[in-house]
Amino acid sequence: MNLPHPTTPRPPVPRLPTRENPAMKWLLIAVGGVFAIVFLLLPIVNVFAQAFALGWGPYWKAITDPDTGSAIKLTFLVAAVTVPLNVVFGLAASWAIAKFNFRGKAMLLTFIDLPFSISPVVAGLMFVLLFGANGLLGDWLAAHHVKIIFALPGIVLATIFVTFPYVARELIPIMEAQGTEQEEAALTLGASGWQTFWRVTVPSVKWGLLYGIILCNARAMGEFGAVEVVSGHIAGQTDTLPLRVDKLYNEFDPVAPFAVATLLAVLALATLCVKLFLEWKSRDEA
Amino acid sequence: MTRSAGPGVEEAVAWTQEDRPPDGGQRHSPLPGGKLTLGFTVFYLSVIVLLPIAALLLRACRLSWTELWELATNERALAAYELSLGASLIAALINAAFGSLLAWVLVRYTFPGRRLLDSLIDFPFALPTAVAGLTLANVFSEHGWLGRFLVPMGIQGAFSRLGVVIALTFVGLPFSVRTLQPILEDLDRSVEEAAACLGAGRFRTFVSVIGPTLFPTILTGFGLSFARALGEYGSIKFISGNLPQTEIAPVLMVVRLDQYDYTGAIAVALVLMLFSFALLFALNWTQAWASKFQKP
Repeated sequence: MNLPHPTTPRPPVPRLPTRENPAMKWLLIAVGGVFAIVFLLLPIVNVFAQAFALGWGPYWKAITDPDTGSAIKLTFLVAAVTVPLNVVFGLAASWAIAKFNFRGKAMLLTFIDLPFSISPVVAGLMFVLLFGANGLLGDWLAAHHVKIIFALPGIVLATIFVTFPYVARELIPIMEAQGTEQEEAALTLGASGWQTFWRVTVPSVKWGLLYGIILCNARAMGEFGAVEVVSGHIAGQTDTLPLRVDKLYNEFDPVAPFAVATLLAVLALATLCVKLFLEWKSRDEA
Repeated sequence: MTRSAGPGVEEAVAWTQEDRPPDGGQRHSPLPGGKLTLGFTVFYLSVIVLLPIAALLLRACRLSWTELWELATNERALAAYELSLGASLIAALINAAFGSLLAWVLVRYTFPGRRLLDSLIDFPFALPTAVAGLTLANVFSEHGWLGRFLVPMGIQGAFSRLGVVIALTFVGLPFSVRTLQPILEDLDRSVEEAAACLGAGRFRTFVSVIGPTLFPTILTGFGLSFARALGEYGSIKFISGNLPQTEIAPVLMVVRLDQYDYTGAIAVALVLMLFSFALLFALNWTQAWASKFQKP
């Protein structure tokens, strides 16, 4: 038998005094959401909208242009040299800084951070002044027929400079937090130093290491200022993808710069997807 | 990018300091490879970072100081610093306001699309600045998605000083959100409960309890996005339209270098370095101050 429901409405649950009024909450969410959509989402969607504004034809033409092809190759080549070098440095620096005590550690950390606070164009200028035609080492390099500025080595050096701290900065706090107990246990059990490093230390920092690698890679492939200063903008030779976008933009082509930019936008999207995956994995393990 | 030390760091540091012999000498670590890795670190750092910086300073020393001073402080250069500092300051203030709001919304509320919003924040880190400048200039231009409404109202968001501020806001936004987010997550909620028990309303709690606690961190985020904006070049090259009134200091440096005016470029570069070192110093100080507030 069904009892009739009481007709008196339940008294409303009082709002907890440590929570905002729901109207305030939704207002804040709306303001933040609108700001993020206008400033972050709209520009990225616009890249694709402009690239396909005239359909597939012009898009395909811009992507398959031989100069774009060589820019893609150069961009990958620069990242393929830069990222492994900075990973080796990051592992060495974090091992030395997190596992050992020595005088001047704070100063070393400040020096490692320097590339973050130096403008990329100033970094590019530094390499021009060092290796360029009338740079400090210019005469010596010319006499030995070594070309660094306006060539691949200059682009690689400038990119290494701007991406220098990424991997080290990710690894140092993680390794510091883990201390040295596990490594000491491995050594006591007879593992060699190298085995300890590969089998104990590297696996325990792997998510942080991968995160550092994808950030370093995204910056290496997308760097503009430092590379522009040292590259000399030679189409088909020293143009990376961001420089190619700039060149097409200056030619007032309505589609081509956006078409090339979609490649870099896909890189950014892929970077964010990997980042989400890494966060999910590391939370899973914690 | 900030020196966000994990929860275990304080213990680790305390442990190593306690174990140090009383004479202040170094405790010998049982792990191998310390000298090797430290040696490699210092070598790589010297070649990649310190040598180029030394090259810039050496070249600057060889130039005549009067000429350098003239080129660093002529009218065009002063206008460029003024715009660089002014636009970066406005962008960093916008980021401090909206970045704090976004961090608050992301940490405190659950709502549909929260994860998506959280991922969006990282876009400026992942997207090459050239692409950011290209697309922002298009969105705010006369026929762009926002420009078609804003330009008739007299708001020129592209090829203008406002455009410079827009681009600098874009590149700096993640710094203020990501600096504040972890601190906000760790914030002790019992202080808010205490404030509520003592009769404070939500607004009063925010102004007198939460706000002052978070202020040093918000200031750190402000400093980081200001520093990022001050050195930014890629996006500005696209959105500034190469006009005299939108020339920021990094653009002036490149323009001078393109004209083979090495002395002029070095003069601007030195001033930019001076700005960034002053800011680095201020940031270290702010972070040290901020970390005091997080200890119970």
